Amino acid sequence: MFPKNEHYNMIVVGAGHAGSEAALAGARMGARVLLLTTTLDAVALMPCNPSVGGPAKANLVREIDALGGEMAKNVDATLMQLRMLNTRKGPAVRALRAQSDRKLYQQRMKLTLESTDNLYVKEALVTDLLVQGSSVRGVKVADGSEIFGDTVVLATGTYLRAVIYIGDYRDSSGPQGLKPANALGENLGKYVATARFKTGTPPRVHLRSVDVSQLDIQPGNFFKGGFSFETASVESRQLPCWLAYTNEETHRIVAENLDKAAIFTGAISGTGPRYCPSIESKVAQFPDRRGHQVFLEPEGWNTYEGYLSGLSSSLPAPVQLRILQSMKGFEDCEMLRPGYAIEYDCIDPLALHPTLQVKGFQGLYCAGQVNGTSGYEEAAGQGLLAGANAIRELRGQEPVVLRRSQAYLGVLIDDLVTKGTNEPYRMMTSRAEHRLVLRLDNADRRLAHIGRELGLVSEQRYDRCAKKWSAIERLCSSLESQQVRPGRETNELLQRSGSAPLQRPASVADLLRRPELDFWSLAPLHGQYEVEQQTAEQVEVEIKYSGYIEKQQRAIDRMERMENRSLEDVDFADVRGLSREAQEKLQQVRPRSVGQASRIAGVSPADVNVLLVYLAQRSKRRSYSEQ
Amino acid sequence: MHQDTIAAVATAVGEAGIAIVRVSGGDAYQIGDRLFSPVKGGTLQDTPGYRIRYGHIRDPESGKAVDEVLAAVMRAPRSFTGENVLEIHCHGGPKVTQRILELFLQSGARMAEAGEFTKRAFINGRLDLSQAEAVIDVVRSRTDSSLDVAVQQLEGSLRRRIDSFRERLLDLVVRVEASIDFPEEDIPDVELGEMQTIISSVRSEIQQLIDTADDGKILREGFKTVITGKPNVGKSSLLNRLLDEKRALVTEVPGTTRDVIEEVVNVRGIPMRVLDTAGIRSTTDVVERLGVERARDLWREADIIIHVLDASIPLTEEDWDILDATENHKRVIVVNKIDLPRSWPLEDLPLDSSTKLVEMSLLEGNLEPLLDTIVQLVHGGMRLRTEEALVTRTRHKQALAEAEDDLRQAQQTLDDGLPVDLIAVGLQGALEHLGEITGETVRDTVLERIFAQFCIGK
Ligand SMILES: Nc1nc2c(ncn2[C@@H]2O[C@H](COP(=O)(O)OP(=O)(O)O)[C@@H](O)[C@H]2O)c(=O)[nH]1
Repeated sequence: MFPKNEHYNMIVVGAGHAGSEAALAGARMGARVLLLTTTLDAVALMPCNPSVGGPAKANLVREIDALGGEMAKNVDATLMQLRMLNTRKGPAVRALRAQSDRKLYQQRMKLTLESTDNLYVKEALVTDLLVQGSSVRGVKVADGSEIFGDTVVLATGTYLRAVIYIGDYRDSSGPQGLKPANALGENLGKYVATARFKTGTPPRVHLRSVDVSQLDIQPGNFFKGGFSFETASVESRQLPCWLAYTNEETHRIVAENLDKAAIFTGAISGTGPRYCPSIESKVAQFPDRRGHQVFLEPEGWNTYEGYLSGLSSSLPAPVQLRILQSMKGFEDCEMLRPGYAIEYDCIDPLALHPTLQVKGFQGLYCAGQVNGTSGYEEAAGQGLLAGANAIRELRGQEPVVLRRSQAYLGVLIDDLVTKGTNEPYRMMTSRAEHRLVLRLDNADRRLAHIGRELGLVSEQRYDRCAKKWSAIERLCSSLESQQVRPGRETNELLQRSGSAPLQRPASVADLLRRPELDFWSLAPLHGQYEVEQQTAEQVEVEIKYSGYIEKQQRAIDRMERMENRSLEDVDFADVRGLSREAQEKLQQVRPRSVGQASRIAGVSPADVNVLLVYLAQRSKRRSYSEQ
Repeated sequence: MHQDTIAAVATAVGEAGIAIVRVSGGDAYQIGDRLFSPVKGGTLQDTPGYRIRYGHIRDPESGKAVDEVLAAVMRAPRSFTGENVLEIHCHGGPKVTQRILELFLQSGARMAEAGEFTKRAFINGRLDLSQAEAVIDVVRSRTDSSLDVAVQQLEGSLRRRIDSFRERLLDLVVRVEASIDFPEEDIPDVELGEMQTIISSVRSEIQQLIDTADDGKILREGFKTVITGKPNVGKSSLLNRLLDEKRALVTEVPGTTRDVIEEVVNVRGIPMRVLDTAGIRSTTDVVERLGVERARDLWREADIIIHVLDASIPLTEEDWDILDATENHKRVIVVNKIDLPRSWPLEDLPLDSSTKLVEMSLLEGNLEPLLDTIVQLVHGGMRLRTEEALVTRTRHKQALAEAEDDLRQAQQTLDDGLPVDLIAVGLQGALEHLGEITGETVRDTVLERIFAQFCIGK
C-alpha cells in the first residue's frame, strides 16, 4: 500500500475534523498530501452529538469558510435542522446552530477528500514519527513501514492511549469502539509534554420507544443561507428536537449510584471539561436543582437512533437505563448504546508556536483535540491553519497567525499557546475581548483576503465578497449623508414605528440608530427597496452599532500597539528585573510580542513594564552603536 | 557598599495610636542602644533578628524617658530594606514621635530622603518588580508618610472598595455572559431592572471614590505653599527655620518657571512644597521681583499662603495690598517679631474662615504652633484620613474615571433598549479599568465563575 521511496509534502495523521481540513488545505494549495486514518469508515466522525455551531462556534465555522475550509459547506449540505440562537441578545452574539445527519456528514466529507487532487486518503495506524535531528521526516506505521513526508500534522483527536469507562467496565478503545492509538501515544512523549484529558458522551435511545408527545417539541427555523457564504439555500425539510427534563427521581438514582460512576471511583485521572459535566457531576455539584434539561436529538434521516444531549454519563449501563426511564416520556425507553467517559492523551499546547508548529521540530504540526481543545469547530479551524502553515513553512513563506482582533480562531490559538489549558478548551464568545468586530456576519470581510493569499479562496469568490462589502459601505455612507427634514409625512412615518417626531434635520443613518427603527421601516425615506435582505441587515448592524464598534476598534488599535512590539529575538534570561515566575513563564512560552506576553498567567503589568523598558534601552543601545 | 544609617517617621499623618520611627543601615543597633533601654536588660546589638523588645527611649543627655516603646529588630538581609532595620513603635503622639526621630538624628542617623528606604530595598534586591509600580511612586513620593499611603492603599481600604465594585459587576457580567454563551441551557436572563440598579449604585460609589482623589493627592504630592510679605518681615528667617529643623529634604525640584524653585519640607509627615522665588532668601520680595501679576499667579497656584507681618512696625499699604489680594485663599498670617514691642493691635487684621493667625517670634520662639496650624489648615477640608480609602495616584483616579464612564455608557445603552451584548461592552470595560488598579484580569475570572455558578453542559 505504501510503495518504497514514496514521498509526500505533508502527512496528516487522523481524518477527523482537524485532519480533514488540514489535508484539504494542503492539497488545495497544490501540495502532495497523505491523510492516514485508523479506519476509512470514521472520516469526519462526530462522536458527540451531530450538532455544529452555537455561540462563538458558529463564528469559527464561518471563519473556516472565509479562509477556504470545508466545514461550513459540509454542514450546509447535510443538515437536518437549523436554528438561530441569541436573536434578541445582539448582533455580536447571534449564533447559527445546525444538527447534521451524522452519516451524511461523514460521507460527504469523505467524498470531498477522495475527489481532491493531490490528496491520498489511506488506512493505517501510525505508531511513531520519523525524526532526524530537529526535523520531522515522516511517520512509521503499525506494519513497520516508514512513510516519508516533508511535514507531518498530528490530528489524532481523542485516540491517543484512549480508554473508555462505563461504570467499572474499562476498555482500551477510542470513541464508539474504534481502535485507539496506543503506540503513538506512548511515543509522543519523546517529543512533547503530554497531559491526560477526559470527556464523555450520553446514552443513545430508540426514538420510537420515547413518547415524544410528552416532551416539548423544538422545531428548527428556516434560513435561506447556511454557514457557508457560498451556500445559496439549505435543505428546507427539517427534523425537530425535543426537550425533556430530569427530575428528583432521576437525581435520586444518580445519587444512590454515584460510587459506581467511573469519574467518581477514581479510575479516571484525566481532567474533564466543566462545560460538559456528566449527569453525575451535575447532581453532585448542584444538589438543589430539581431538574436539568435534556435534548433528544435525531442522529439522522435514516435512523431511529436518538442522542440525549445533557445526559452524559459513565455510570453502569443498567443504571443509565433506570435514569432514562425515570424521565417523563421515557418510561418505556429502549437504550441502544450506553454513555461512556473517555480518557486520552493530549499535548501541552504551550509546546506550540502560534503557527501550531511544535517548538523545536521543523515540519511538525499539531491540530485539534490533541492540542487540548474540544469541539469539531475548534478542531477544524486549527486543522486548516496547521495544514496551511506546514505547506507555507515548506515553501519558505510567512506563516499565517491570526490576531485576536481578527478572528475567534486567533483568540483560540493565542489562548492555547499563551496560557495553555487545564481542561478541554471550548470556544466561547466571552473569551474574545472584541466580539463586536468578530461577528458571524462579517467573517468573510475579516478573513477572505487571507484565504485568497493562502490559495484556498478563488479570485472569483474573493471578488464577490469584496463587491458585497463595498456595496455595503457605499450604502452606509449614502445613508449617513442622506438628509431627512422634519415634516408631516416623515413624522407620521416615525410615529407609525413608535418613534419620536423629528425636530431638526437628521440623516437617515441617525434615524436608523434609533432602537425602534430598522432598515425597512425607513425605506420610504431612503428609497432603497431593491437591497438584499442580507445586505440590509449588514447595513443595519454597521450603522446602529457604529459607536460601539468604533469604540472597540480604538481598543483594538491600543492592543495592536503591544502586539506589534516584537519580542522574537529577546532572550528572557537577559532581562533584569523580571519576577522569577515571569521569567520562567516567558522562557517557556516565548511570546512573540509584548501583547502576547501580557496575557501569560504570572506575567504582571510590572513585568510588562520591565519588558518595555528593556526594549527601549536596547533600541537606544543599538542606535548608539550604529553611530 | 557601605550605606550610612537613615531614619524617618514611617507612619501616616492623622493616624491615632502607634507611630513608627524606622531606622535602617549598618549602625542601626549601635545608635539604637544609645537611646533605647530594654526593661529586661541587654542590648539591641545582642538581640537576634525578628524579635521585639519592650523598653524606653531615653534622652541621652537628661536620661529622662521620652516614651514607652516597642523596638523591633530585623537584621540584614531579611528585612524590608535588606539592611539592619530597627523600628521603634511609639504611641506618644506626633510630638513625641518627632522628638524620638530627632534623638536618632542627633545620635548618628541621617534623615532619610524621600523614598530612600524603598530605594535601598530595591537596590538590595528586596523588592521584586511586581512591586515596581509602587516603587516608582514611592521613589517619587516625598515623605515617608505618603510612602505609607502608597503602600497601604492597595492592601487596605481602596482595595476593599474596588473589590466590592468588581464583585458586583462581575456577578452581573457572569450571568450575562453565561446566558449569551449557553443559550440552550436554562439560564435565566438577567432582568433589566436589576442591571439598572447595580450599574447605578456602583457608578455613584465610584464617583464618591474619585472625589477623594484630591485629598489623596495632597498626601502624596504635598501641598504647595508660598511665603509672602513685604521686605524684612522675616520670610527668609521662616524658611531657614523650616529648613534648619532637619525636616528639609535635599531635593530641590525645579519649579514651573526658572524664577521659582521648590523646597520640600516635611511637616508632620505631609510634604510641604515651598515655592521659593529665590527672592525670599535674598530678602527681595516675590511681588518686588516678579511683579504683582506674577505673584498673584503664584498665589493662585498655592494650596496655602503664609503671609508674614512684622508686629513691631505699623502695617503699611503694602501689607494691606497683600492682605486684600490673598483674601479667601487658605492662608496663615504669621505675626512675627512679638519679642519686640508691638506697634499695632491684632484686632486690626481681617479674619475670615480660611485665615489662621499665629503670633510668634521667628528669632527665638517655638515653631510647633505654626506647624500645627498649617497641618490643621491643610487637613481641615479633607474628608478622609489615611486609614480610610484614598485615591492618591493619578493613574488610579484615571482608571476610576474611565470605569465610571464605561458604566455611564452601559446605562445609556440599557436605557436605549439596545441588546445585552452592547451593554456588556460597558460592563466589561468598567471591569477592565478596575482591574488595572488591582492588577486582575477579567476574562478568566468570568469563565471560572460561569462554570462554578451554572450547571452547563451537553
Ligand atoms: N527681633 C526679631 N527679629 C527678627 C525676627 N524674625 C526676623 N528678624 C530679623 O528681621 C530681619 C529681616 O528678616 P528676614 O528673614 O531677612 O526678612 P525677609 O526680608 O522677609 O526675608 C533680619 O535681621 C532678622 O534677623 C523676630 O522674630 N524677632
